[in-house]
Amino acid sequence: MTQRIKFYQTGTFTIGNRLLDAEKRTVQATLDRSNSLTSGHRACQGCGEALGARSVVDAAMRAANNRLIAVNATGCLEVFSTPYPESSWQLPWVHSLFGNAPAVATGVMAALRAKGRDDVRVLAQGGDGGTVDIGFGCLSGMFERNDDVLYVCYDNEAYMNTGVQRSSRTPPAARTATTPAVGDPAGNVFGQGKNPALIAMAHGIPYVATASVADLHDLEAKVMTAMAVHGARYIHVHVPCPLGWGAQPRDTIRLARLAVETGLFPLFAAEHGEVIDTTPIRDKRPVAEYLEPQRRFAHLFRPERNDEALASIQRIADRNIEKFGLLG
Amino acid sequence: MLKQVEGSFAVAEAIALCRPEVICAYPITAQTHIVERLSALVRAGELGNCQYINVESEFAALSVAIGASAAGARAYTATSSQGLLFMTEAVYNAAGLGLPIVMTIGNRAIGAPINIWNDHSDSMALRDAGWIQFHAETNQEAVDLHIQAFRLAERLSVPVMVCEDGFILTHAYERVDIPSREQVDAYLPPFEPVQVLDPSDPITMGAMVGPEAFAEVRYLAHHKHLQALDVIPEHAAEFARVFGRDSGGLIQPYRCEGAEMVIVALGSVLGTIKDVVDEMRDDGDTVGAVKIVSFRPFPMQALRAVLENAKRVVVVEKCLADGLGGIVVGSVRMALRGLSMPIHTIIAGLGGRAITKASLRRAFDAAAADKLDDPHFLDLDREVVNRELARTRERRRSGPIAENILREIGLVGGKPV
Repeated sequence: MTQRIKFYQTGTFTIGNRLLDAEKRTVQATLDRSNSLTSGHRACQGCGEALGARSVVDAAMRAANNRLIAVNATGCLEVFSTPYPESSWQLPWVHSLFGNAPAVATGVMAALRAKGRDDVRVLAQGGDGGTVDIGFGCLSGMFERNDDVLYVCYDNEAYMNTGVQRSSRTPPAARTATTPAVGDPAGNVFGQGKNPALIAMAHGIPYVATASVADLHDLEAKVMTAMAVHGARYIHVHVPCPLGWGAQPRDTIRLARLAVETGLFPLFAAEHGEVIDTTPIRDKRPVAEYLEPQRRFAHLFRPERNDEALASIQRIADRNIEKFGLLG
Repeated sequence: MLKQVEGSFAVAEAIALCRPEVICAYPITAQTHIVERLSALVRAGELGNCQYINVESEFAALSVAIGASAAGARAYTATSSQGLLFMTEAVYNAAGLGLPIVMTIGNRAIGAPINIWNDHSDSMALRDAGWIQFHAETNQEAVDLHIQAFRLAERLSVPVMVCEDGFILTHAYERVDIPSREQVDAYLPPFEPVQVLDPSDPITMGAMVGPEAFAEVRYLAHHKHLQALDVIPEHAAEFARVFGRDSGGLIQPYRCEGAEMVIVALGSVLGTIKDVVDEMRDDGDTVGAVKIVSFRPFPMQALRAVLENAKRVVVVEKCLADGLGGIVVGSVRMALRGLSMPIHTIIAGLGGRAITKASLRRAFDAAAADKLDDPHFLDLDREVVNRELARTRERRRSGPIAENILREIGLVGGKPV
């Protein structure tokens, strides 16, 4: 189950460990964390994906008693962590292709099963492009077979590694290299969207959750919950990208939190296709507060404010809040 | 044990004897019966703890094999045609990672037009993807080559494709000597990977390699193939000792002694070619044939040694490079560089077109008389081609060529011929 401890008394999510009993502190806060994605890698300053992956892999390592194999899709996480001949990975790690990480993970799982190695667990990870676009067929196949793999998607809402092109996770109106902020509509189209967590749930797999680097306690708790069960599990982590979003590196956590508190990125967990837990919004913020610090949305504010587009985005947030009952 | 079985059944039995640990399956004609039989064997518990994974695409099939092999399991899959092309990216990747996966190719044409019958377009498209490529002439050889394939793959840490002609072999019932488990165990040691994902000894596989080392990595893959040129005959000799029959190797010459004209080909068509060679020999023509068993690595020296004294070489191949002609012939020419004999190309059997003795005999006779066009398209219906060319000249919107020709020859809604 997701950890129920809240940190309203401190006004922040980041210093709470000192207020907790030792066994309730995050894995990151402990001296014996595996540090599986170790320092020295080439991620940008303020990279949300590096932060998310570090928390996810260390928590998964803790849950697996350090008997973990990781499979990585092509993408920023793969590139910044393994420039030949260096590697930041302190666990067995394999990268094959952009769109096949779920299938490669299935293969690793099958090999372990064939060898009777039930002590070793399998983690697969990729960005939103590798997961939700090019790898989606393999991901769905892995879900449908209920293969014993935890798949974690780090969603920074575009193809950042190739230079910020639109993915199916790019939000409406966002400027990317392939959705320029000119014409009408400026930036990305207002489409139907693609919600991989809900699609994962539609497969009826044992565990699905969304998480954010703004709440590492919650992220780690969800990894631990996912690792406590077997079968196909999916965690979709929202990870701001300062470079791709045109944001300050120091604002990564702030933006991730605003995405949650506006309702644009709802946090929930589901078991066997049913939502079992949501993270309520404690202080609802208007979407403009989240959008304005990001240069990818600058055209919504300058030279004049695009109230129509902002209202459309606000409606998306409000629908999420209503759908998941986020205001309690 | 001698059995009268379907080719796919025999191959599945051979795979089972090799003790695979992970099998990934996706249906595509003509290989499907192989994985069907393997699923029955796995379900019956005859393959121990072997994991049989039904995947959602060929891309996933080979990707599962990649993960399984990287984690130290003996991995197998099979595909054909569009399936091989759909997994192309993973085909290169498996070779680049040096993973000793064995994959059967039930050779089949590539669409469009969609066609389920045999030619070599599929495996030829992937000939330079870093895999060893064996071609089987008979179902017996297909069985034997699969056993040798695992041995070779694991010794050199390189993936191996065993190509067998779709339908002609995969669906043909013939007598096959299925080896005993003792024989296979004596020949094929357990898989000892050179690299493995293991929490006790963590490694990174699949790192990004830039200009500073990429050429060296690629050269070493080339080097493995050069090593294979020595290892393949060695393994074939050992196979003969254990199993009591010759099978595999780089090439297999047939009646090449003193042959003035030698026919070069791959796969099941050798059976027909050998019959034609026998007839021509009976008629006093000094003709021989060479079967290329290992197309990759290409047996440059072995082939040259057999062909260098011939006065004429004819390559019969079931594939076509548009605008160029043959594909196999290019490598044959490289093997014979510096020599002056004429080298002919016969494109035959595309999309399952039957290759008859009579047609081959006519073409070989024409070649011997120096009257064969090059490349020669065996049994091409020039009249149909010319009428379609005329139609396309007459009208801009002349319509789809394939459907026009089917109508023309009376197979679809048109007048019977």
